[in-house]
Amino acid sequence: MKGDKKYIFLFLTPAFLISGVFLYYPFFENVVQSFYKTDGFFNSTFIGFGNYIRLFQDEVAIGSTLNSLELMLYVAIFQVGIALVLAIMVDSIKHGAAFYRTTFFFPIVISGAAIGLLFTLIYNHRNGLLNEILVSLGFERILWLTEQSSLYMVAIPTVWNYVGFYFVILLTAIGKIPNDYYEAAKLEGITGFQRMTKLTLPLIVSDMKTCLVLAITGSLKIFELVYIITGGGPARSSEVLGTYMYQKAFEDSAIGYGATLAVLMVVIGLTLAFITNKLLKSDGITY
Amino acid sequence: MTKSNKNQLTYLEKFQNRYFTKSKYGKLFIYICLTAWSMTTIFPLAWVLLNSFKESRDIITDTFKFPTNPTLQNYINAFETVNIGQSYMNSFIMSGSTVFLVLFFGGFAAFIMSRMNFRFRGVLQTLLVASLLIPAFATIVPVYRMMINMDLVNTYWALIIPQTAGNLPFAILVISSYMATIPKELEEAAFMDGCSRLKMYTKIFLPISLPSFATVGTFVFLWSYNDLFSSLVLVSHEKVAPIVVLLSNVSSQYGTDYGLMTAAIAMTVIPVIIVYLFAQKTFEKGATSGSVKG
Repeated sequence: MKGDKKYIFLFLTPAFLISGVFLYYPFFENVVQSFYKTDGFFNSTFIGFGNYIRLFQDEVAIGSTLNSLELMLYVAIFQVGIALVLAIMVDSIKHGAAFYRTTFFFPIVISGAAIGLLFTLIYNHRNGLLNEILVSLGFERILWLTEQSSLYMVAIPTVWNYVGFYFVILLTAIGKIPNDYYEAAKLEGITGFQRMTKLTLPLIVSDMKTCLVLAITGSLKIFELVYIITGGGPARSSEVLGTYMYQKAFEDSAIGYGATLAVLMVVIGLTLAFITNKLLKSDGITY
Repeated sequence: MTKSNKNQLTYLEKFQNRYFTKSKYGKLFIYICLTAWSMTTIFPLAWVLLNSFKESRDIITDTFKFPTNPTLQNYINAFETVNIGQSYMNSFIMSGSTVFLVLFFGGFAAFIMSRMNFRFRGVLQTLLVASLLIPAFATIVPVYRMMINMDLVNTYWALIIPQTAGNLPFAILVISSYMATIPKELEEAAFMDGCSRLKMYTKIFLPISLPSFATVGTFVFLWSYNDLFSSLVLVSHEKVAPIVVLLSNVSSQYGTDYGLMTAAIAMTVIPVIIVYLFAQKTFEKGATSGSVKG
């Protein structure tokens, strides 16, 4: 059409300009920053791989990476696992499915900050929800956030927060399986349990793969819950890459090193997403 | 047999054919499990809401009881001591502007991306998909520096601009995939009538694609309203801080004032629950099609 070029340019430029300047450029600039030592915000010296060498000698960075990976494992197993069990269950009931969908899903819309504060109250030693339950049952109060337990204590709300998301994805996937498959299986005389392992699960493998990739890449972005519930403590026992990166870049003003930690997060995320994709390679099923 | 009848029949059959349905106890077990999980999602919030109407000392002594003398004192404290009203306003101004800008610029770009062919279309499309993999951590350091250079830190723009930039690719992808389903004939007819591209967008494509705008708008609102990380870095000053930043300060400054904490949680959560209940259908649908974790 005549004058189309003008419109293409006019309509596309604002959006791509904004994203270009405040998303793509900072992304590459962040990589560049990771090669600089920065004290105060504007005095930078090029130090090559200095920050990356520091990374491998920094016990806190290694500890945070291991904590992040451990959290990732819990998130992948329990978020997707619980979601799968719940989805299969909701699919097999007649009444109340809408109610369960709504209540299971809604923690997702609540901010990590609010959930963090909520769980601070739940774990609170003096009058937290958990200790009040214990006391009313005649038990002693427990200190919930210790060096041994803190990582589990942040894993629980993280898992709880997102189960509903994977639940909805998997429930939708199960709902799409045509009924003929089940009828055929019935004629073959397959038992209920076999029906699940041989029919339902294989048919939603690709959706479970999507969930796993999302859970894994999402777990690297964990920040709010840890920041508010434990602040990474006690004694760094629940420090994750997100909170450590925030601390280095914005509390200790080690901007260059913070950028390096951010690069590490991206690299881990891409690698794991790639590996998960390869390992769980399967052809998508269309009905 | 009408179509709806047929569907009903297969619906019933579906339940008879799938698992667990034969045993009564199996069914009971399922309902118990499902109800138990929904308790975990409802109970903590109900507990917070209930306690927010109690005096702080009653929260300690009777944490499970219904408030005997319900009081709004905690909410009044929230407005007076931590100025929650201001953070509410900050949150809505920043999230509202972000949603508006994302939909305004994203809509135009989505129209071009879905309906027209040009030289760099493929490159741009790849760029959009790739940008979904960029976490806020990987851009925040340079963005923070840019905001300092432009003297924008602790102004509304410091959060609005990067959040708009971060959400635009998602918006363009979702809206353009919706626009791609609009039949070509409509476009040709409009062209025959002498419609300009601008008119074609505002009179035809924008109104038809409103559902996708609603989905994107809901997502972007919730993401931006809930984004603590960027807010802490860019707008942490109390005059401009959004409600999530206030919330993270409340626990460190007023950690012993349980009444204030419960009221603050309740006030943060209520608007998003309202948004969720209104937009539930579109939101869940969007979550299953184009999904990104906040």
